[in-house]
Amino acid sequence: MSNPRQNSRASVLSGVTRLGHRVNDALQRLGFAARFFVMLLLLSGQSFRRLHLTIRELYFSGFQSLLIIMVSGLFIGMVLGMQGYETLQRYGSAEALGVLVALSLVRELGPVVAALLFASRAGSSITAEIGLMKATEQLTAMDMMAVNPIARVVAPRFWGGVISMPLLAALFSTAGVFGGYLIGVVFIGVDEGAFWSQMQASVDFRYDIWSGIIKSFVFGVAVSLIAVFEGYDAVPTAEGVSSSIKSTVVQSALAILALDFVLTSFMFREA
Amino acid sequence: MSDDNLVEIKDLDFAYDDRPILKGISMQIPRGKVVAIMGGSGCGKTTLLRLIGGQLKPSRGDVLVDGRSVPELRADELYALRRRMGMLFQFGALFTDISVFDNVAYQMREHTDLPEDLIRDMVLLKLNAVGLRGASRLMPAELSGGMARRVALARAIALDPMLIMYDEPFAGLDPISLGVIGQLIRKLNDALGATSIMVTHDIQESLQIVDYIYFMSDGKVVALGTPDEIRASQHPFVHQFVFAQADGPVPFHYPAEPLDRELLAKDAYEQS
Repeated sequence: MSNPRQNSRASVLSGVTRLGHRVNDALQRLGFAARFFVMLLLLSGQSFRRLHLTIRELYFSGFQSLLIIMVSGLFIGMVLGMQGYETLQRYGSAEALGVLVALSLVRELGPVVAALLFASRAGSSITAEIGLMKATEQLTAMDMMAVNPIARVVAPRFWGGVISMPLLAALFSTAGVFGGYLIGVVFIGVDEGAFWSQMQASVDFRYDIWSGIIKSFVFGVAVSLIAVFEGYDAVPTAEGVSSSIKSTVVQSALAILALDFVLTSFMFREA
Repeated sequence: MSDDNLVEIKDLDFAYDDRPILKGISMQIPRGKVVAIMGGSGCGKTTLLRLIGGQLKPSRGDVLVDGRSVPELRADELYALRRRMGMLFQFGALFTDISVFDNVAYQMREHTDLPEDLIRDMVLLKLNAVGLRGASRLMPAELSGGMARRVALARAIALDPMLIMYDEPFAGLDPISLGVIGQLIRKLNDALGATSIMVTHDIQESLQIVDYIYFMSDGKVVALGTPDEIRASQHPFVHQFVFAQADGPVPFHYPAEPLDRELLAKDAYEQS
C-alpha cells in the first residue's frame, strides 16, 4: 500500500519540477528569440542587396492586404460617423464630427485595428509559409547550399511587414475618414465645410499623425517579428505549424494591445 | 588524415539532450567512391550526415572533410565548404514557389556571377543528365515523387560538388524510379569525380551500386565491408538486415517491462 503523505509529497515535487521545466523552456525560447532578432538585423544588409526579395514580400504582405484594410477602414469610419454624430448632436457640436472621426482613427483605431487585421491576414500566412518550408526541409536544404535562410527567407518577410504596416494604417485611416464623411456629411447632412475645416484645424501633424505612424511602425516590427519567429521556430509537423499560426495571431493581438497602452501613455500623457 | 580519404570520422559521440544517438563512430570515406551507411530507422544515419554537413556539432570526436575539422569551422568557412558539397534530401526538399529550372539554377545565381545565358545552358545540361530537361518549366507540385528526387539530384550537383550526400534516396519510390536513381547516383559520381555518401536502408539496390558499406545499429558501427563481403557475411546483424528478418540482434519489441508484469500492474491500478 502506498503512503498518502508520500504520494502528496511526490505530486507537489512533480508539480514544482514541471513548473521549473516550463520556466526554463520559456527562458530558453526567449533567449533564442533575442538571438534570432539580432541575427535578423545583422543579415538584413545581405537581404537588402537583393531588393526584389523584399519588394516581393511588400506585394504579398502589403498590397494583398489592401482590400481587407480599406474595406474595414471604411466600415469603421462609417460606424464612427453614426456613433459620433449621435453623441455630439446631444451637445450641439455635430460640426466637430470630422475631428472626432479623424482623431479616433489617426491616433488609435487606424494603427491598432490595421495591425490586428494585418496579423490575421499577413502574419498568419508568413508563419505558415516559413513553418511549412521548415517542415519540408526547404530551410535545411537552403542552409546546406550555403544560403542563410534568415537572410534569404526571414529578413525579406520581416522588412516587408515592417514597411507595409504604417502604409496600411495610413490607408485604413484615410478610408475611415472617408467613411465618416459619407455618413456624416452625405447621409446625415453635417455641414461639409465645418467637417473638413475643424478636422484640419484640430489634427496636429506632429502630435497626432506622427504618433500614429510611430505606433504602426512599432506594431509592424512586433507583428512581423512574431510571425517570422513562430514560423522559424515551428515544430516541423502539421500540428506544429498549425499551433505556430495560432500563436502568431494570439501573441500579435496581445502585443499590439499592450504596446498600444504603453505607447499611448508616453505619447499623450500631457493631454 | 590520409589524403585518400575525403571524409574521416573519428570516435564521434552525439546526443540529443540526454539521449545518446551516436556512440564512438569512426569511418573513412575514400575519394571517388560511393559509400552506403545502412541501418534501421532511428539508428543515427541522418544525424551522421548532418554532422558531416556541419548542421550539428558532436559532443566528442571529430569530422574531417577534405582535411578540415568541420565542428571547428567558423560560419563563413563552413558556408565556403558547403558550396563544395551537394545534398539530396529524403523527399527532395525542392523550393515549392519556384520552377524546376529555378530550383537547379538557385545555387548558381546565389554563389556565382555567371551571366544568365550561361546559367541557362548549365541548368539544361544538369537537367539533361537526370533526364528531365523537358520538365524545366514545371513547378515542383507538378512532379511525381521520382521526378522530384531527380530534380533534387540535378540541384545537388549544380556546382559540381566534391562530396554528394544522399539522405534515403530510394525512400517511397517505385521500382523503375528506384533503379533510375540508383544508376544516376553511380554515374554522376563517376562523371563528376565526386565522392558520395548514401544513407539508406534499401539493401538490394545499394549492393549493386556502392563500393563500400557501413552498417550501423544503436549508434555504433556493427559491420563494414564491400558488397561481396556483405553478401558473404555471417554477422548476425547483417544477416538479419539482408534477409529482412523481423527479430534478431535488432529486437522486434521496443524496450519495455515484461508484458505479464505490466498487465498485472494495470489490474492493481484499477483495483486501488
